Amino acid sequence: MKDRAAIVGIGDTEFAKHLDQPEKVLALRAIAAALDDAGIEPSEVDGLASYTMEATEEIEIARNLGLGHIGWFAQVGYGGGAGCGVVGQAAMAVASGQCRVAVAWRSRKRGSATSRPWAGVSNRVGGNQQWSRPWGLLRPVDEIAMLTRRYMHEFGATRDHLANVALAARRHANANPAAMMHAKAMTRADYMAARWISEPLCLFDNCLESDGAAAVVVTSVERAADLDIEPAFVHSWAQSIPEQHQTMTNFFGDDPLDGPAWACARALWGRADVGPGDVDVAQLYDAFSPLILLSLEGYGFCDRGEAGPFSDDGGLEVGGRLPTNTSGGGMSEAYLHGFNLVTEAVRQVRGTSTNQVDGARWSLVTSGEGVPTSALLLRGATA
Amino acid sequence: MTEPAFLLPQPDEDSAPFWDGCARGELVVQSCASCGRRRMPPRPMCPRCQSLDATWAPTSGRGRIWSFVVAHPPLLPAYAAVAPYNVVVVELEDDLSIRFVGNLLTAPDAPLGGLDPSTIEIGQPVEVCFRPQVDGLALPGWRRRPEDGASAGR
Repeated sequence: MKDRAAIVGIGDTEFAKHLDQPEKVLALRAIAAALDDAGIEPSEVDGLASYTMEATEEIEIARNLGLGHIGWFAQVGYGGGAGCGVVGQAAMAVASGQCRVAVAWRSRKRGSATSRPWAGVSNRVGGNQQWSRPWGLLRPVDEIAMLTRRYMHEFGATRDHLANVALAARRHANANPAAMMHAKAMTRADYMAARWISEPLCLFDNCLESDGAAAVVVTSVERAADLDIEPAFVHSWAQSIPEQHQTMTNFFGDDPLDGPAWACARALWGRADVGPGDVDVAQLYDAFSPLILLSLEGYGFCDRGEAGPFSDDGGLEVGGRLPTNTSGGGMSEAYLHGFNLVTEAVRQVRGTSTNQVDGARWSLVTSGEGVPTSALLLRGATA
Repeated sequence: MTEPAFLLPQPDEDSAPFWDGCARGELVVQSCASCGRRRMPPRPMCPRCQSLDATWAPTSGRGRIWSFVVAHPPLLPAYAAVAPYNVVVVELEDDLSIRFVGNLLTAPDAPLGGLDPSTIEIGQPVEVCFRPQVDGLALPGWRRRPEDGASAGR
């Protein structure tokens, strides 16, 4: 299905710590904006792809927006691991003829129980959580901090490397008016002085708590050719549940640091004409700063254990080794389970990012490391 | 309002033998009855040979710290009250691929936040202890093994 489907529309709402509108309305607004961006009428949409954690059912989306007959719909699980898979599934449905125009979206509110699955715990914990929560490993940040400490121990990564990630995201957000942290500068000293959340991770190693929604429109290259918009071709995509993986508390396999990114990357590059050295710009899933270091290694931008030095000297900023999370990402633009990373990846190949990488043609997006994941390699039409 | 509570496991058909072992004061691990491979967390089928037959056997209860965190608020109220506290992952000496989440404690009945986290290091040798809970449950915890030269702390 290489290059047979394309993202032709992107849309989003404003991003904020709190928005009054419910998730349903935010989803509808983002999808309407994406269809308007594409120049496609709602009645032409016949496919829907979303996260299993999405609060709004497909039928609500379809009858509010006045979509046509929906002939294909699907969901992908595992929260932040889903985003690229949702778009990839939509592209696959288009490429295989199951639908002609698919919409994929994520709408999320920080106070919602469905958005924060860890907040809804009762006194008794079953399933996989019984092996971690009773001892006070309660939050996603605790689970990733455990892997981070081991990573730092094995490879010599430091808090300065984690700060590189947070600072790159913040600098990009400072140039992006849509970013929640647009007006808030951050220095290395600010990072080092921040309060601990789960040592070795501090406040600024965490993504934002956000309300907002983002959506994309996917269609065939043939339909895309009729539109005024510059398509972002879905060149390659992949999903991954590596062998013996346990989501988030992946402490039990032979090598817990050999995470989902590595297996996903093998599939992604195996289906692509290019490799990591050809990527112009990347949006790497960033619920927590260490996930970027792991993803840089997993997707082959550097050797194992080398992501810390790779991030030095502005390595992740525009003009650096690999401009990463150029909207500010989950850490400084908004945290929408990674879906705003997809819309930014499209802006980069269109040439419309507020932190534009000159001539960006190959644009990578990844979803959550540490959970069953997915990745998407977009190709620009020009440049 | 009831008093803020710590979380407790809800044993199920896969995990009940583990929690029963803890209640007896034994750290037990599931093994495949057919090929002998240990697995943790427990589950019905052996991923190597697909056998549904399993056995449970005591372990040495000795291990090393594989990694650790120190949790700070915001946390559930019961945990926030004792924060900052450590959470460790311990790898079992008998089989390094078998790991457990737990807490490093000064004594089995010591509070969660009672150990100076600056004394914790990856690789420190530890041994299991058990903390009785309500309803006949017990949680495994970990103490340093002084005989192995763990110098820091008690």
